[in-house]
Amino acid sequence: MIAPLLEIKNLHVGFDIYGGSLKVLDGVNFAVGKGEKVGLVGETGCGKTTTMKSVMRILPIPPGRFTEGEIFFKERDLLRVNLKKVRGVKGKGISMIFQDPTAALNPVFTIGRQLMDVVKYSKGAGENQAKDTIRDRAINALKDVAMPDPERIMENYPIQLSGGMRQRVCIAMALVTGSALLIADEPTTSLDVTIQDQVLRLLGNLVEEKRNSTILITHSLGIVREWTNRVYVMYAGSMVEAAPTKGLFSNPLHPYTQGLMKAVPKLTGEGIAEGVPGRIPNYLNPPSGCRFHPRCPHVMRICEQERPPFFDGGNTHQVACFLYKE
Amino acid sequence: MTEEILTVKDLKKYFLTSRGTVKAVDGVTFSIKEGETLGLVGESGSGKSTVAYTLVGIYQPTAGEIVFKGQDISKDFSKRLKPLKKDIQIVFQDPGSSLNPRRSIKQILELPLKVHHISCNRGRMKQVVKLLEMVELPFDYQYKYPQAIGGGEKQMVAVARALATNPSFVVLDEPTSALDVSVQAKIINLLMRLQQRLNLTYLFITHDLSLMRNVATRVAIMYLGKMCEVACTSEFFQNPLHPYTQMLLSSIPVVSDEEEMLKPKKILSRGEIPSPVNVPPGCSFHRRCPEGMELCSQVDPGMVEVGEEHTVRCHLFQGAKIAASTSQGEE
Amino acid sequence: MERSAHATFWSRKLEAFGRGWYKFSRNPLSIIGLIAVLLVSFLATFAPFVAPYPKHAGVFVNFAEASQPPSLKHLFGTDVVGRDILSRIFFGFRFSLMLGAIVLTLVVPPGVILGLTAGYFKGTWIDTVIMRITDIFVAVPPLILALAICSVLSPNIFNAMIAVSLMWWPWYTRLVYGLSSSLRNEFFVQAAEVTGASRLHILFKEILPNCLSPIFTKMSLDMGWVILIGASLSFVGLGVQPPKPGLGTMVADGRIYMPDQWWITVFPAFAIMLVVLGFNLLGDGLRDLFAVEEV
Repeated sequence: MIAPLLEIKNLHVGFDIYGGSLKVLDGVNFAVGKGEKVGLVGETGCGKTTTMKSVMRILPIPPGRFTEGEIFFKERDLLRVNLKKVRGVKGKGISMIFQDPTAALNPVFTIGRQLMDVVKYSKGAGENQAKDTIRDRAINALKDVAMPDPERIMENYPIQLSGGMRQRVCIAMALVTGSALLIADEPTTSLDVTIQDQVLRLLGNLVEEKRNSTILITHSLGIVREWTNRVYVMYAGSMVEAAPTKGLFSNPLHPYTQGLMKAVPKLTGEGIAEGVPGRIPNYLNPPSGCRFHPRCPHVMRICEQERPPFFDGGNTHQVACFLYKE
Repeated sequence: MTEEILTVKDLKKYFLTSRGTVKAVDGVTFSIKEGETLGLVGESGSGKSTVAYTLVGIYQPTAGEIVFKGQDISKDFSKRLKPLKKDIQIVFQDPGSSLNPRRSIKQILELPLKVHHISCNRGRMKQVVKLLEMVELPFDYQYKYPQAIGGGEKQMVAVARALATNPSFVVLDEPTSALDVSVQAKIINLLMRLQQRLNLTYLFITHDLSLMRNVATRVAIMYLGKMCEVACTSEFFQNPLHPYTQMLLSSIPVVSDEEEMLKPKKILSRGEIPSPVNVPPGCSFHRRCPEGMELCSQVDPGMVEVGEEHTVRCHLFQGAKIAASTSQGEE
Repeated sequence: MERSAHATFWSRKLEAFGRGWYKFSRNPLSIIGLIAVLLVSFLATFAPFVAPYPKHAGVFVNFAEASQPPSLKHLFGTDVVGRDILSRIFFGFRFSLMLGAIVLTLVVPPGVILGLTAGYFKGTWIDTVIMRITDIFVAVPPLILALAICSVLSPNIFNAMIAVSLMWWPWYTRLVYGLSSSLRNEFFVQAAEVTGASRLHILFKEILPNCLSPIFTKMSLDMGWVILIGASLSFVGLGVQPPKPGLGTMVADGRIYMPDQWWITVFPAFAIMLVVLGFNLLGDGLRDLFAVEEV
């Protein structure tokens, strides 16, 4: 049984604010295997960005606090490792693409300079690596992301490129380090639909070619359906459902997932269902037991008392809901 | 027989910048009937937001005509009369910045009432409560500040503000793009109910075609400042003619297999959207168009009617008669 | 309904206060600044009652007790004519705070209004006229002009205030101009315009409230600067005239007696430092306090 590349076990994270502590992550369990494309779906405020920031150790501490749990990357617990060592892991093992490529690129440096900086400080770059090789690697990275005329792009500034091209540069920067795991946090939300399609296609091809693992975080169910092979659905600080993509869409089990699917506008033009009633819970005083129970159409007594663990729904489809206890 | 409440003829809006003239809107013609929802679709640079802002008076049109309820209103808000400002309202795209963070919800909702002298002091307080009820928000929200409420709720306050003066025409500029799916569902359903109840006319702008399918009665698609295709919703989705429309429709991510079947054959989108400063000659779409012909790089096609209220701007459909409104605009 | 609305009004204000205090107090230095400012204000306000020798602040001579080092009787010692330095410092605070308060009162309202207007009408002739006038005033160094004015007119604290005020207002105009011209394009301002709100409303009720936090922060930091400039002017003889106890004047008077009778200069200098530092730290704290919370 091969250990997963990244495994988050029972992660609890809190934030100290006026009036108490926000219990943002409430026992997150998450795993990514080698070569897998995993989607993480959830609405605003569910904790997906907090989870990824915890993995990357870029969560501000304080006011954040790791109260419990472990994050294993290549079998080392990132939470218990010295921050300096983690920095080494980050560049070499895990890289990240953010939602807004304009904010992720430094406007006063050329693309070439930024790319070469990344190459210099990454895995496989010795201190005395010849300047040419670094430049070559940067240009190859741009070619990999299908940039037209990479030599000219090297001399351009981010402002001279379009949104889609900037995101492709960010992808190049993320992949040039040769990292094993790529985390993409809403990489196409700020892009137009036709460009979004191009960028996701590119990402898919590259990931297959280099056999990286990817975590694609998004609130768009449509994107997840097309571009991932396994999906986690997150709600209010923990995973409520995990399944192979096809399985999730043909048979969503958790009431929250079902509500989400119904609320998505469909091309069939059947109107939009009301969606899930209620609001996301207050993290200062979260609901007892299952955090979804105040909004759940199938709530039972046990839901208010205990937090449901993952139950097996068959075919590696797991769901955290007492409806599936047997 | 419902009347046309708004007619736009050959509307143009150019911006002069240091990099050249940006032709944000370059000759757009359409009309909206009372009580219907016209959907406006396009990607960045299409000019859809510029059209919206020009309609409500944030911009002064460079050329062209806007006729609302029989009156010519082609001017910006500083030159518009007050009663008009009561009648046309807008809900902006970003809920975070459409509400003043230093004003309470009560103050925000009271402003339109104060400006148009709708009821006195005590009456206004009651009106604010009624507005909150209309968007299904609790009564004590009036004392809160925008930071204390979520994005969806901010947008509902923005809707309440837009409806405070009892307008007949509301422009909705991507009202739910920044919101989650379940919040979006709530707001869209609310907007539809309100439209029925108050007989509102909507101009609904979004880039989400799946949403458009369920909201609009007619759809218009824009590219680089010009309309490409206009049709009734069902016709638009079942029989898309313009290559850009097809490209867009084939790129949308859907959540079920039956929806996949409804999408047109996959057209791989190529190339980047050109900047509105550097509009390619001829048909602005020709460089990305899979059906591009030589004519397309030289001559800009005109709007042509190809069916019942279905117009397209593409050389592939030349031969059909030119829509009457376009020829008038060209004169 | 109205009574319950009022009851919650106060509880809401209380909650807002608690939240504000939480944000402010995250940084211990801000609290130190606040304490320093409160202390100085208290001493300045109640100087006649708190100072051990209030009469020493005016015309007073007692050569028997002159040039005494710090002792239990005179905590900060006495100066060359026998006046208690501690008491004079308390009264000196009065001049400092008064200078700061009056200058800011003269400077902030016009500066802010000009900046708001210029920013809102950015790109038009109104903007050009206002900002070019501002540029002219900014070009002159404040201290030099203050010196010039004070030497032409009679050197006293009021002329010093006028001089400093003339030089200070452009900075507020510039600050608010930048804020106003960018806020002007925010959706909430456009929403108000589309609704038909008057220009006055937009300037003062929509744009100005969003400028307040940088304005208050700057005011707090400026108190420190103005007091320092006032002390500098007094130091060169153009501000508070003897025998009045201006802090700068006291520092100047004690110069020639350094280093033997060090207390005559050093304690007033520390007093200046306390006031200026206090306002600076408070200013930092105010900036934290006003930061708009994001959920």
